[in-house]
Amino acid sequence: MKLIKIDQQSWNTGIEKAKSAYRVFGPVKEKNDHEFKLLEPNEMPDVHCQNTRLSPKSIIYPQSQIMFTYSLDESKEDCRIMKEVENVKSPMAIIGVRPCDALAFPIVRKNFDTPEYQDTYWIKAYEATTFVGLACNNACGTCFCTSAGTGPFGEEGLDVLIIADGDDLYAKPITPKGESFIQTAGWTMKAEASIESRIEELKTSAESSVTSSVPTDQLKNKTTLELYDAPFWEQEAFSCINCGTCTYVCPTCWCFDVQDETHGKSGIRMRNWDSCMFPLFTNHASGHNPRNAKHERLRQRFMHKLKYYVDKYDNGIQCVGCGRCIRLCPVNIDIRKICDKMNNFDADSCVCEATSS
Amino acid sequence: MTEYTDKIKEISKRVLAEGRVEMVIGFRKGSVPMMNQPHLATSAESVDELVWDSNCGLNLANYITDKKGTIGIIAKGCDSRNIVTHVIENKIKRDQLYIIGVPCTGMIDHHKINAMFDSEILTVEESGDQITISGNGFSETKDKQELLQENCTVCTHRNPVEYDELAGNLVEEQKNVDQYASVTKVESLSADEKWNYFEDLLSPCIRCYACRNACPLCYCPTCFVDESRPQWVGKSQDPTDVKTFHLLRAYHCAGRCTDCGACERACPMGIKIREFTKKLNKDCQELYGWEAGLSLDERPPLDTFKTDDPDEFIK
Repeated sequence: MKLIKIDQQSWNTGIEKAKSAYRVFGPVKEKNDHEFKLLEPNEMPDVHCQNTRLSPKSIIYPQSQIMFTYSLDESKEDCRIMKEVENVKSPMAIIGVRPCDALAFPIVRKNFDTPEYQDTYWIKAYEATTFVGLACNNACGTCFCTSAGTGPFGEEGLDVLIIADGDDLYAKPITPKGESFIQTAGWTMKAEASIESRIEELKTSAESSVTSSVPTDQLKNKTTLELYDAPFWEQEAFSCINCGTCTYVCPTCWCFDVQDETHGKSGIRMRNWDSCMFPLFTNHASGHNPRNAKHERLRQRFMHKLKYYVDKYDNGIQCVGCGRCIRLCPVNIDIRKICDKMNNFDADSCVCEATSS
Repeated sequence: MTEYTDKIKEISKRVLAEGRVEMVIGFRKGSVPMMNQPHLATSAESVDELVWDSNCGLNLANYITDKKGTIGIIAKGCDSRNIVTHVIENKIKRDQLYIIGVPCTGMIDHHKINAMFDSEILTVEESGDQITISGNGFSETKDKQELLQENCTVCTHRNPVEYDELAGNLVEEQKNVDQYASVTKVESLSADEKWNYFEDLLSPCIRCYACRNACPLCYCPTCFVDESRPQWVGKSQDPTDVKTFHLLRAYHCAGRCTDCGACERACPMGIKIREFTKKLNKDCQELYGWEAGLSLDERPPLDTFKTDDPDEFIK
C-alpha cells in the first residue's frame, strides 16, 4: 500500500491547486445540513461532516438535465430537428465521497452503460470525474454499508481514498486517475510505514461502529412471485404517503422521465428524476395504472432493489446501506426492516398465518 | 403526554372488541429518534404497538381520506380539525369514525433538534416536559417548550374540537400568542425583498412532494402539477416551476389549513412551507373571522357566498 501523508497546510494548498485543473465539488454546510457543491476559490470541503443529506449522484446525473434543443420555426433549415446539447465535460473531482456513495456509481453504471445502450450524458460526466473518497471513522445509527457490499473504508468506485486520523490525513491512490489527482494536488510526502497498522486499527474500529446488520443472503433463493404476493406489503405500505423522498435521496435510484418544453418557437427536451413512488410513474395513456395502489408502488421499490436487481445482475443488492431513506422518510419506512422481512420470508408459513388471523 | 399511551390502548382494544370499529389508526414507535410511524391496528396484538409521545407530529386525518369501513382514530387538536374538514368536504362520514381525542401539549421539531447538534442523535427520551437528547459522547436535557414545532408554539387549539372519547384530561389552551408574527414580518418586506426571501426559502426544494402528500387537504385525484393536458406547470427544477407548485398548493389550502405543520415535518429538506399557508390563514382570519375545522355545521368561507362578504378587491 502506497500511502501519502497530507498535513493541514498541504491539504488546503492541494485542494486549491486541484481547482485549477478540475471543477472541484465537496461537502459544505448549507443552512442546517451538508450538501455537495462546486467549491469556490478558497472554499474547503468539510471532511468532518457525518454524511451529506443528499448523495453526490446529482453531480453526475442532475435532477433536471437538458438533452436536446429544437426549433419549430418553419423558416429555419433545422426546424423540427432534435439537436443534442453539447455535452463535453471538463474534468471534475468530487472530494469527500463516502464509500457507500462511491459504490453507488458502479451500480448505477449497470443501467447507463450497457453493451446495448450507452447513455452518453451519464457516461461522459462519469468518465470526466475523479472520485476522491473519505473513509468513515464513525458510522451513523442508520448505516448498514457492511451488509450492502462495502464498508466504512470500502474502495470500490473510488480513485483515491482519504483517511483522517485526527488532524492528519492520508491519501491512498486506487486508480491511475487517482494518482494523477494526487500529483495535481502536489501531495508527495510518503507516509511512514508504521501508519499502515494504525489505519488497520481505524478500519476495524470503524467497521465495529456499524451497528445495523441486514441479512441479504436468502434474497436470491426466494421465488419472485411468492415474494411479490407476500402478505406484508399492504401492512408495510400503510404509513407510506407516496412522496419521492426515498428515491430522490437514494444514491442508486436511476429512473428518469423525459419532457419537452416549448417556449414560442423553440424548445428543449430534458430529463428529470422520476420516482416509482408516484402514481404517475406507471400511468398509461389509456388511464389504466398497473400500480394504482400504494402498496404496489412500495413493493416495486423494494423488489427492484432487493430482488429484481439481485437476480438480474448477480451483483448483490441495489442498495449501498447509506441509510438516507431511513433518516429522511417522513413516515419511518425502514429498508432494514423490509429487507429482513423479504430475506426471512417463508411462503408456506405465511399462508398459514394469514389464514389463521 | 406519554401517559396517554395506556389509555389509548385500553380504548382501542375496547372499541375493536365491541365491534364499534374495524380498525384503529394511531402511531407506533419509529426505528429512528423522533420519527413515529402511522400505524393501522386491527387486533389487540397490533393495538399493543400503539404509542403516544411528542413525536406524533404527522396528521392522521391524512390516512382516512375516502376510507371504507369503521375507523377508530387517535386525534390531537389539529388532527381533529382536519377530520372536521374531511367530514365537511365529504371525504369521510362522521358516523364511520370513533375519534379518540388526545389533548396535546405540542410536538417536538426533529429538524430544529437535529440542527442543534453536530453529532448524530441516537436517542430522544421524554419525561414530563423534559426531553433528553443523547448521542455518542453527549446528553442534554431541555425543556420541551424550547423544542416545539413552530406551529405548536402558536397553536390555540390543543384540545380536540370533535371527539367520542378523550384519552386524557383537557389541557389549558395557549393564550395571547401572536399566531402570525412570521407572516407580519414577511408582509413588511418590499417586493424585491419578498422575492429574494421566497427564492431562498424554496431553493433547497427537490420536488419530492412530501409536503403535499403529508397534507390531509391534498387529496385531489390528480394534482395540478401532475396534469398533462393541459400541463399547468413544468416538471423540472426550474425555480419558476418550483415556486408555482408551492404557491398554488398554498392557495388550494386557503380557508382549509389547520396549521398542523405536517408539511414542514415531512419535508426532507427542512423548508418552512407554512410561511405560505400561514399567510392565507391570516387572510381568512382577517377577512372572514375564520379558522378551519372548528365546526361541523359551518361551510368554509371559500365555498359559500354571503352578501356581506368583503368585496374591496372589486373595483
